Amino acid sequence: MCFAGIDIGSRTIELVVVDDAGEIVLSLQTDTGFDPKSEADNLVNGVSFDRIMATGYGRNLFEISFDAPTVTEIKAHVRGVLAIFPGARTVLDIGGQDSKAIVLYENGKVKKFEMNDRCAAGTGKFLEIMAKTLGFEIEAFGREALMAKKDLNISSMCTVFAESEVTSLIAKGLSRREIARGLHTSVIRRAASMINRVSSEGDIVFTGGVAKNQCIRKLLSEKLGREIHIPDDPQMIGALGAALLAADNR
Amino acid sequence: MSEDYRSMWADLGLDLEAHDALLGVLGKAYQDIYLSQKDRPDGMGYFDFVMSEVHGLRIRELLDEKEAGRKIIGSYCVFVPEEIVLAANATLVGLCSGADFAMDEVEKLLPRNTCALIKSLFGFKLGKVCPYLESTDMIVGENTCDGKKKAYESLNHLVKNLYIMDLPQVKSEQGRTLLKSEYDRFKTAVEELTGVSITAESLKQAIQMVNAKRSAIHRLSSLRKADPAPISGLDALLANQVFFYDNPARFTESVNKICDALENRIAEKKGVFPEKTPRILVSGCPQAVPNWKLPFIVETSGAVIVGEESCVGERGTRNLTDESCRTVEEMMEAIVDRYYQVDCAIFTPNPERLKHIQEMVATYKANGVIHYSLQFCQPYLMESISVEKALEEKNIPTLRIETDYSMEDVGQLKTRIEAFIEQIQ
Repeated sequence: MCFAGIDIGSRTIELVVVDDAGEIVLSLQTDTGFDPKSEADNLVNGVSFDRIMATGYGRNLFEISFDAPTVTEIKAHVRGVLAIFPGARTVLDIGGQDSKAIVLYENGKVKKFEMNDRCAAGTGKFLEIMAKTLGFEIEAFGREALMAKKDLNISSMCTVFAESEVTSLIAKGLSRREIARGLHTSVIRRAASMINRVSSEGDIVFTGGVAKNQCIRKLLSEKLGREIHIPDDPQMIGALGAALLAADNR
Repeated sequence: MSEDYRSMWADLGLDLEAHDALLGVLGKAYQDIYLSQKDRPDGMGYFDFVMSEVHGLRIRELLDEKEAGRKIIGSYCVFVPEEIVLAANATLVGLCSGADFAMDEVEKLLPRNTCALIKSLFGFKLGKVCPYLESTDMIVGENTCDGKKKAYESLNHLVKNLYIMDLPQVKSEQGRTLLKSEYDRFKTAVEELTGVSITAESLKQAIQMVNAKRSAIHRLSSLRKADPAPISGLDALLANQVFFYDNPARFTESVNKICDALENRIAEKKGVFPEKTPRILVSGCPQAVPNWKLPFIVETSGAVIVGEESCVGERGTRNLTDESCRTVEEMMEAIVDRYYQVDCAIFTPNPERLKHIQEMVATYKANGVIHYSLQFCQPYLMESISVEKALEEKNIPTLRIETDYSMEDVGQLKTRIEAFIEQIQ
């Protein structure tokens, strides 16, 4: 039998199919765009599986059209992480518009989690808009920030305020790389305080699209002084978790 | 809606167009949130009727009472003693404060970062959409949190009949003395307003009437201990909300009728949700009509709310007034004793509240606590941190929610609440 998990995020949609042994047999990704339902339908179209579970902010949309059971991103990420790092106790997931810090009991059950309220400050969306303001491709943004010679302080966490701040820093003639570094640092400060609220020690598994950003990874491990593990494809963890949960419930 | 009501609303000075819009939203919300629930117990039709007529028939009744010489007193807080109002042959009603209205006007008078409840009470006044407010002969503002007590200074310019009640913030001998003197002053003010002298007999009757209302709610609460839950948290919250609006005797009778129906359900092991549905206690800020956002999300995410540790809920109704007193003075002391036990977060320190939350978790067999705070409500937001810490030390899972009356955070709230339910399952 085959089990699929679909993670309909604000920015991207991922589909993962696992076999009976829980091994990944297929993984696909697409942009969410403005019509997540059609994008999800297209992604699933032609893929064969016996059961599917949906997660992500668009999970309920999918629940209606595919009659699929749903699970929150929090549970899905935990399940996906545990498949790759069985001893994990702390999970940080930073996605397109949400960030979550989750702490687990020894048996892998969720003990406590923190999640942003309504504002997407400190998430992938924030980095994306800031990259655009500075004229960087999102893929290059972290790499360029890493090459900055020094850090500078960006005080605004609100995307719109930060944009004004960046504009004024550009006007002062500061280097794009340094501004980029400052923006990364401000995201890290927020993520670190979220992590520290739920868990004070031990390794961290970092998932979600933002985990692909090298600068964020480096700064976060420096700031926390804790080991940070990143799955090969951190964006797929939610979909993987959902697929494994579909398999668990067989 | 009948033409009769339209002219009544116009006479009260309401903005008919805005009021139509409000009723439209309220009606749709009630349809989507309440009437869509499955397997509602017999007797809930009473609440549906009350809500459908909340700005209609009930206002007509109040105006009829006024016609007959009774006075209407409006309040925003459980510290305003209904016993004193009833004893002076007047009626106490809770005033509108559960939805965003005319926010652009409100923000000319109040800082943007003011809690939703306070902004709402201004919105209903400035938008001219609260017939209760416009029917009152006296509006009682009370010095609870900093937000409210300062906001009343501004409200005083908008209404002609605002009476301010001071409240203690420390439970000490001096605090109790203040409450007693404020209740005595309130009694005099109500007597002056109504022209009725409160007697031992009228006060005793009033105490019994309010106690009966609270006892009916206690009975309802106690039935919520059953698994499967015989009534949804939404419906139970509605009962606690209507507590502030309806005629006391009718309310008591109707709640008791619903309790009869619930007892039958429990005997048949019939519930509104399946047995073993995760059970949640909601603790924190009051939820005035039509603020149903949180319970709606919880109960459409696979859990049932089994109790409200809130002013619109058990905090407001928990204690009864001693009925054994004989003189007016003794009864006034008993009323002070009763209200002095209310463990609002404006008190410092406030250890009783934590004790009550833990008791309620045990009594209603809750699997977890959702601490509900309105954004910018310092007293409850501050307590939420120590409450969460203390509960989690006792292995009671707790989720802190900070929200307002807007719908912009529904997506994130739903994810957090669903994840919390997954966590406690």
